[in-house]
Amino acid sequence: MKEIEFCRGGGCTAKLGPAALERVLSKIEKRKNPDLLIGFDHADDAAVFRLTDDLAVVQTLDFFPPMVEDPYVFGQIAAANALSDIYAMGGQVKTALNIVCFPEKMDLNILGKILQGGNEKVEEAGGTLAGGHSIADQEVKYGLSVMGTIHPDRILPNNGCREGDVLLLTKPLGVGIVCAANRIGEASNASYQQAVSSMTTLNKYAAEIIGKYDIHGCTDVTGFGFLAHLCEMLGERYTAYIDLEQIPYIPEAYGYAEEFYITAAGQRNRNHVGEQVFFNQVPFPMEEILFDPQTSGGLLAAINPADGIKALEEIKKLGLPCGLVGTIGARAEKKVYVYG
Amino acid sequence: MSVYVDARGKQCPIPIVMAKKAISEMGCGVVTVAVDNEIAVQNLTKMANQKGYGVEARQIDVNHYEVTMTVADVSKEGETDSAAGNNTADQNKAASCPTCLPENQTTVVVISSDRMGEGDEALGKILIKGFLYALSQLDELPSAVIFYNSGAYLTCEGSDSLEDLHAMEEQGVTIYTCGTCLNHYGLTEKLAVGSVTNMYVIVETMAQAGKIIKP
Repeated sequence: MKEIEFCRGGGCTAKLGPAALERVLSKIEKRKNPDLLIGFDHADDAAVFRLTDDLAVVQTLDFFPPMVEDPYVFGQIAAANALSDIYAMGGQVKTALNIVCFPEKMDLNILGKILQGGNEKVEEAGGTLAGGHSIADQEVKYGLSVMGTIHPDRILPNNGCREGDVLLLTKPLGVGIVCAANRIGEASNASYQQAVSSMTTLNKYAAEIIGKYDIHGCTDVTGFGFLAHLCEMLGERYTAYIDLEQIPYIPEAYGYAEEFYITAAGQRNRNHVGEQVFFNQVPFPMEEILFDPQTSGGLLAAINPADGIKALEEIKKLGLPCGLVGTIGARAEKKVYVYG
Repeated sequence: MSVYVDARGKQCPIPIVMAKKAISEMGCGVVTVAVDNEIAVQNLTKMANQKGYGVEARQIDVNHYEVTMTVADVSKEGETDSAAGNNTADQNKAASCPTCLPENQTTVVVISSDRMGEGDEALGKILIKGFLYALSQLDELPSAVIFYNSGAYLTCEGSDSLEDLHAMEEQGVTIYTCGTCLNHYGLTEKLAVGSVTNMYVIVETMAQAGKIIKP
């Protein structure tokens, strides 16, 4: 079996469009339970359910088709991506269950490598792999259902930002574009390695750092791209002012976007929140990078300005491009202003 | 010349890659790309708009769309090139003027109000206008001018100092305006010179300055 059939443009680019999802979810009747602290209505990263006054469980699941050719690396990326939602809520990883879709005729060694990569990341996260479920399917998909714990008073909702906060982004953007370029054989080895290294890095380390500071809201940047996740974070009460110069991105993604190695998911993200964003002197490739769907992207945190500078210094030492990318103000006409 | 490309069943960016290949082989003419989803139509349209091609899209059937791009002849390409050339010339002009750049890069001017000094408002506004003009005439320009609070009015549409600020910007002076302030005064879309910044950059710029001038 040719390798290209393993990878057909997966990762978070395979997500259903945010607009389509909202339409469907809005029609489902949701029963209120006071112990469900974070659920559907928050458009948040994971669900949080209170068990006792000082203990809540955080639950999340994420799975997708491969976005890279190497099954072991794919396993690592899928696991880092699924685990990330626990960190975005401020929780600790406890157990994880594998979710596997795999073609009956494909070499089982490939599956073995995927699971090995996944398991290594769960262990790195300090969690225990506790089981899983697998079904035969036309194409490979892999991910995890992850359970973590958190103190109910220390949840980091994604919409808790305040006026005057600065926005900290802990990983570079552009991995979707680089993977798209790689799929058609146009990505340089260097840019591909940068994307892989970013996607396989657990958000655990960044979460541990920002957890020490005065942080008001946090999410992880994944399939909806930087701008749509930012809009979710802002809710209706706030506007963000983004300084393009501070946006961390994989340098070569700029050139690939210029060549239009762009994804369908990126365009869906543009359709979803493009109207709410004002671009001032932003070149087209940077617009694409800001809409680019990220697989296992970084944390985006709204943080007290003085703390933001200190947190950034620490995050920089983790070795990935990162930045203080903007500030939060009261709601203006548009939700987001990006200044080039 | 016209070319037909069937990119149905292909995921983005493959339809775009196929279209680009067809265009590069064709030179100029009309290329029609068939795709099976609307998002691919939008991505192809986006490319055509960026490249300055004529573009039209229509739905043929369920899951069948055609995007027709008209690629103009070389003379039109030349126009685009010369436009790009002009930009480069402008950049060269700015770059060929290093003597205008300040030797001491660390002087930062901070403007916290739309008037200078206390007292009569009208006088204060005349003074700040005069200050910015005189500043732009200095032999050694500051490395940055930062505008905050009502100072933000001076970098926005309707300000009497835009010409002086543009002149300084062209000579390499960074003009910053506080984003929170623009927002507060409803000026966000009226900024006419320089770029928007945040408190982090303001504090850092001031902290690193060798000298701060605050009129």
